[in-house]
Amino acid sequence: MNGIQTLSWLIATGWLTFSGPSMTSGEPFLPQQDTQVLERLSVKAADPIAREIRALRTGLLHDPQNLNVAVSLATKLIEQSRSEGDPRFLGQAQAVLVPWLNRPTPPSSTLLLRAMIRQHAHEFDLALADLDIVLSLQPANGQAWLTRASTYQVQGRYEEARRACQPLLRLARRHVALTCLGDIAGLSGQATTSREMLTARLAGYGISVRERLWILTILAEMAARTGDASAAEKHFLDARSLGVKDHYLLAAYADFLLDHGRAPEVVTLLQHETRADGLLLRLTLAEQALHLPASKNHTAELTARFAAGRERGPRVHVREEARFTLALLHDSQTALTLAQTNWEIQKEPWDARLLLETALASGSHHAARPVIVWLRTNHVEDMRLQQLIAQFPEERS
Amino acid sequence: MRLILTLAILLLSTPAWAHKPSDSLLSLTVQDDRIEGRWDIALRDLDDAIGLDADGDGAITWGEVRSTHDEIAAYALSRLTITSNETHCPTQAPRHVIDHHTDGAYAVLLFTMICPTAIETLQADYRLLFDLDAQHKGLLRLTHRQETTTAIFSQESPTHQFTLSEISMWGQARQYMHEGIWHIWLGYDHVLFLLALLLPAVLRRVGGRWEPTPDFLSAFCEVLAIVTAFTMAHSITLGLATLGLIALPSRLVESAIAASVVFAGISNLYPVLVQRRRLVAFFFGLIHGFGFASVLSDLGLPRGSLALSLVSFNLGVEIGQLAIVAMFLPLAYGLRKSWTYQRLVLVSGSLCIAALACAWLIERTLDLKLIPL
Repeated sequence: MNGIQTLSWLIATGWLTFSGPSMTSGEPFLPQQDTQVLERLSVKAADPIAREIRALRTGLLHDPQNLNVAVSLATKLIEQSRSEGDPRFLGQAQAVLVPWLNRPTPPSSTLLLRAMIRQHAHEFDLALADLDIVLSLQPANGQAWLTRASTYQVQGRYEEARRACQPLLRLARRHVALTCLGDIAGLSGQATTSREMLTARLAGYGISVRERLWILTILAEMAARTGDASAAEKHFLDARSLGVKDHYLLAAYADFLLDHGRAPEVVTLLQHETRADGLLLRLTLAEQALHLPASKNHTAELTARFAAGRERGPRVHVREEARFTLALLHDSQTALTLAQTNWEIQKEPWDARLLLETALASGSHHAARPVIVWLRTNHVEDMRLQQLIAQFPEERS
Repeated sequence: MRLILTLAILLLSTPAWAHKPSDSLLSLTVQDDRIEGRWDIALRDLDDAIGLDADGDGAITWGEVRSTHDEIAAYALSRLTITSNETHCPTQAPRHVIDHHTDGAYAVLLFTMICPTAIETLQADYRLLFDLDAQHKGLLRLTHRQETTTAIFSQESPTHQFTLSEISMWGQARQYMHEGIWHIWLGYDHVLFLLALLLPAVLRRVGGRWEPTPDFLSAFCEVLAIVTAFTMAHSITLGLATLGLIALPSRLVESAIAASVVFAGISNLYPVLVQRRRLVAFFFGLIHGFGFASVLSDLGLPRGSLALSLVSFNLGVEIGQLAIVAMFLPLAYGLRKSWTYQRLVLVSGSLCIAALACAWLIERTLDLKLIPL
């Protein structure tokens, strides 16, 4: 660790040690001063994105039947949910589309957006059903093919995902189609060629910043999975240097740092990101690794947040809760149940990893069997998963 | 195509969500014709709906919330319709406070709804924010006589219906009985009063000294007589006070109860008084009844089923009392011949009870705190 890193770590440690516990529900109170700030919004009224959204809302208010304005507004809101990591915007996007979605035959542009919203709510089958309708009406809708490919990929249906990427070779720019295919190939046994191919793509012209972020994130994760830490580090840093706020990237980078015993850097990276559950989880894991007192408060805070989430009814976002339960609550039995529930919903490398880790920790080795079979059938290339499998005595032969 | 494809790319992987989607927390406590409501709504949601951040600096201050209290109340309460027995229950002007939840600060509305008649069926129609956020949910907690039901309002199911009378009758009787049992067990003064009176019941006075009763039946009859006298007396005053026919200040009642325990303890040292235990039980039982009545009124009495709750509570007190007697009698009967019982338990026990009750008496008359109980 160099001097600057050490210094920033010390500052972060000090800040976390002396900062009080996070706000959790207590007794209602009457604030004493008008100037007291109760809540900070993620965007200010004067921010360009807020202005855009406001203008579209006003437009829709004046012309409630205007589908184009509604679709633009919903699109902006979905985009906003991504950069802020705030699912509220998804619900708002859906509400904008409701008048059209309630029709007997909703326009395909609204179904496509609903599919994206449903994908994010982990309602994968419903999302795919929407996409089926869209593609039956508009077989040349590249957006729908790409969303279908990514939905299949999350579900671990790699062959179907690959087939959904194929039409993009005709319908979209080459680097989009190749990234779609390369991502899946990298997961299912062709990491080396995929990495070469995607790296070459980066040198091409006409790649937008968002697309570059997408490709670099895929490359970084792929390199990390194959154990090439220095390449992964470089891709992560390149992606971060694009200056686009992206929660997914931040979480993936934090995971990479945690895996390489670089917890102090995670604390520096995420110390101001306590609002996002997934990022707070990674921060707390780093604090625990460093034996920082803040990890206690943050664990309590996360417990409260997961409990509040459960109040809403059936849970769909259980990956993070499984990880939290295993690594911070040290309750491997409950974590195993959560990891199994999660595995029913989605099958990305992290989902496999959690099920393997919880099965090992709880001693229920047979629970890992479906994952091990699945990983072998699909030739999933992931160094860490292989290391975990090697710890199961019955898999060594 | 290009524009749309750019969007798709940034949506390919699910991000680590900042927090749960939008929820509001609605808590309704029903009693008779009234509903006490507490409604927590996220400031961020209210800002989206009616605009709280007046100066647009991205920070919502208390001043900004305070100045929009009327709008918040009008916005929220116009989207919640409660009907009882098919009649609308109007809302009185709410109080506004703030609370913090796991995902930020919430405006808290505290309000009262008064329905035309006692509530038997309750229908809640919730329309908050659905027009702005299709994934918004309202988490309802409905409390009626200490029983809580939960429900979730969503765009798909914005109304819920509850029948309150069904849970009430038997559930309510059980509830009051339960309270009665616990009150006698946890109200040490009643227990000690009874024990002090029962201590000599397994003995009898022969030629100026204590002797064990010859048989179980006579001990049993003696206990039965004392307990019956106590029960009759406190049932009378419990009923009278609950029906509002007699009212005594609670400090006086509590002090008199303490005095009764002192008296019962000391009277065991005076054989003349020991002979009059049934009378003592009856006389002071009248005072203890007022004590029970104040507990019952604290529990809140439903106007519709006053008699049921009164009887159930009283029944609970008797059950609790019988349990104590059932534990005491065999034990005392078994030990009655020993020197320990006649000297140590009866004399020292009575003195201890009297001393403890003396402390209560001082506490209650002077409004002090001597014993950490």
